[in-house]
Amino acid sequence: MDFNLTEERAMLRDMLQRFLGERYDHDARRKLIASGAAYDTDILTELAKLGILGAMFSEDDGGFGGTGFDLLVVFEELGRAGTIEPVVGSAVLAGGLLAELGNASQKTLIDEVIGGATVLALAHGEPQSRYDLSHVHTTAQADGSQIVLNGTKTHVINGAQAETLVVSARENGTKDDELGISLFLVPFAFEGVTCIDHRNVDDTSGARIVFDNVRLAESDRLGKAGNAFAALETATARATLAVCAEAVGAMEAAKALTVQYLKERKQFGVPIGKFQALQHRMVDVLIEIEQARSAVVNLAGNLEAERNIRERHVSATKNLIGRVGALVAEESIQMHGGIGMTDEYALSHLVRRLTMIDHLFGDVDHHLERFITLSAA
Amino acid sequence: MDLSYTQEQQEFRKEVREFLAENLPSRISEKVRLGKRLVKSDTQEWSAMLNARGWLAANWPKQYGGAEWDAVQRQIFEEETCLAHAPRLVPFGLTMLAPVLLAFGTEEQRQRFLPRILSGADWWCQGYSEPGAGSDLAALKTTAVPDGDHYVVNGQKTWTTLGQHANWIFCLVRTSADVKKQSGISFLLIDMETPGVTVRPIVLIDGQAEVNEVFFDNVRVPVENLVGEQDKGWTYAKYLLTHERTSIAGVGFSDAALATLKHVAAHTMAGGSPLDRNPHFAARMAQVEIDLMAMRTTNLRVVSAAAKGQAPGAESSMLKIKGTILRQELTSLLRRAAGPDAMPYLPEFLEGGDNTDPFGPEHAPSAAPTYFNMRKLSIFGGANEIQRTIIAKAILEL
Ligand SMILES: Cc1cc2nc3c(=O)[nH]c(=O)nc-3n(C[C@H](O)[C@H](O)[C@H](O)COP(=O)(O)OP(=O)(O)OC[C@H]3O[C@@H](n4cnc5c(N)ncnc54)[C@H](O)[C@@H]3O)c2cc1C
Repeated sequence: MDFNLTEERAMLRDMLQRFLGERYDHDARRKLIASGAAYDTDILTELAKLGILGAMFSEDDGGFGGTGFDLLVVFEELGRAGTIEPVVGSAVLAGGLLAELGNASQKTLIDEVIGGATVLALAHGEPQSRYDLSHVHTTAQADGSQIVLNGTKTHVINGAQAETLVVSARENGTKDDELGISLFLVPFAFEGVTCIDHRNVDDTSGARIVFDNVRLAESDRLGKAGNAFAALETATARATLAVCAEAVGAMEAAKALTVQYLKERKQFGVPIGKFQALQHRMVDVLIEIEQARSAVVNLAGNLEAERNIRERHVSATKNLIGRVGALVAEESIQMHGGIGMTDEYALSHLVRRLTMIDHLFGDVDHHLERFITLSAA
Repeated sequence: MDLSYTQEQQEFRKEVREFLAENLPSRISEKVRLGKRLVKSDTQEWSAMLNARGWLAANWPKQYGGAEWDAVQRQIFEEETCLAHAPRLVPFGLTMLAPVLLAFGTEEQRQRFLPRILSGADWWCQGYSEPGAGSDLAALKTTAVPDGDHYVVNGQKTWTTLGQHANWIFCLVRTSADVKKQSGISFLLIDMETPGVTVRPIVLIDGQAEVNEVFFDNVRVPVENLVGEQDKGWTYAKYLLTHERTSIAGVGFSDAALATLKHVAAHTMAGGSPLDRNPHFAARMAQVEIDLMAMRTTNLRVVSAAAKGQAPGAESSMLKIKGTILRQELTSLLRRAAGPDAMPYLPEFLEGGDNTDPFGPEHAPSAAPTYFNMRKLSIFGGANEIQRTIIAKAILEL
């Protein structure tokens, strides 16, 4: 075993950390959010230049990474800085599905993603799906040589910023079957596609997208008809790893701010960090963050493992990250006192992201139950 | 012991329930039910209705227009109003300043200020905390220097809840510098329309500006606005804080939140069955309910034990800690229950605009903001850490 990063990954991390440290401090981030923009296009371009988007894909697909540990390294840094740029939805989810299922001509989109020239989005979740991956009620029906898409997708990450959508729809099977789900490439500006863009609590962007008799060709399908579930599960596993690593970055940043504050803030004539009641709690936070990091390493290392092993790690990691995320969020605010609750201070932004990560791809309870089921199988 | 309500108490509950059904405007209770943001006039309208019925000041003596209820009546009233989604009453005048004036103010001050609290003519806010004086409240630096028949006030208060609506602020100010820090503090009432007072909003983690900074720049305050004796303010301040803490237990709020949670969990599908059938979620809900059942009795035991009209002592710290933990846990469960629909931030919906929310069930948009906002419960009114220290010293004598 070796718990060190390879030289290349360490370089990637250092470079990304330096770049975000210079360009993505809290003030820059607040200005960006106040501008109303969903993300900073210059930053995305620069991330592409630095190879960050390429690191999401394997060499076969034109990238230079694509493994669990590449995701881990990149997303920890994105989380530490609190970036809102479209990476997980575009490169990991939609891009990952293109890489897994796309044919040569469809895969040309991957080059554009890697180059920062386009943004993709996966339109999969639906109003009633909650965290169930196989809940697809959007339909894809053959009509002569065409396929007609009808349905509503919710919480599409960066849906309104994407030029191309990867859309899941049911071609056969009953409404919650794993079998029968297909994926289609749909241009955002296509007839029958309407979208409501919205900001999330953590300043990322989501969209509700309605497909009303959207007419597609057979060639718009990604992979085989009705067979997309396995790829959706794998892409979600990768995206879960990404947001869990992002959470660890946010936890580290919250911890750093809190420790610093414990040393600086004086009450009763001494730094509040001198109070043992707070010291012990800060230590518990530190221990739990180490556990969170280990859980993410476990998942990264098992991302290519056989399905049952991989998915047990997905649920184990997501459950633990959810629990530790809440602990870090709540304790960091509490130990700051009032200042920790202000929008002006970086902590509240980290806390919002950490908390919302629990609502992405399944929360603590969802994954606890799933872990039990997978363990029994 | 007897846990049953007397005939009289049952009738009182019925009376409160009927009053709520007849008077509380659904336009307002709907906002409360959905966790939307109230505007100033919502609170004023509801307060005026209660005042007309003589129910606004639960713990004041009748002679000053109060209801003079005992602990059980107050609890019944809180339970019923919370379950009916009545707005929270602004506590600063009613349950903070008034007890201080009743105990330490002059008759003239009572006659001057208490009726205006009841009528809604004055909206009070609390000027205790400062940037350098939070838990260590006695470290406050805002000064009041006597100058003829005035004090001249300079300094800054912060975290002033709803200060943007207020026209009066009660402040702790330093009147003597060279004494033990608790000894040089006075309790001063300041008209916020006086020249030199500036209020600046602070936006919090939930996107709302519910607190403020209040600056005092050579503000001239008449000496008759001093409460009690000069330099004795610390005693009054602490007296007020014990009153503040009991209402922070918030059993009624927890009851209402639990009722909402149960309703939401029964109507939310998760993995093919309602969320309240999910063993993990159901266990969490049950745990909170069990704690809350005991908390209700703890609250009544403690509050009943205190002398009539008085707040309990260090025991109130216990209510504050346990009560706020429960309230926070309930907001955490409501956030979880909302699932992915907790993610969108919809200020227009929260501000009560009439747009129909396209992003999920009606309770979802406020779930995350409320969860974040309620982190304040364990910070203000004396942080829970400070309450533990009080209990350790005063009850355990450690
Ligand atoms: C939403 C909100 C509304 C408020 N409204 C008002 C208002 O209307 N009027 C008003 O006057 N104030 C108000 N407050 C202020 C509130 O009373 C203070 O925030 C509180 O007293 C804590 O002070 P602080 O924020 O400076 O934190 P600090 O005192 O700096 O404390 C930071 C952390 O250190 C801990 N700590 C401090 N001392 C000790 C110790 N000796 N042992 C162990 N731990 C310790 C605290 O518990 C906390 O966790 C409000 C605060 C909030 C958040």
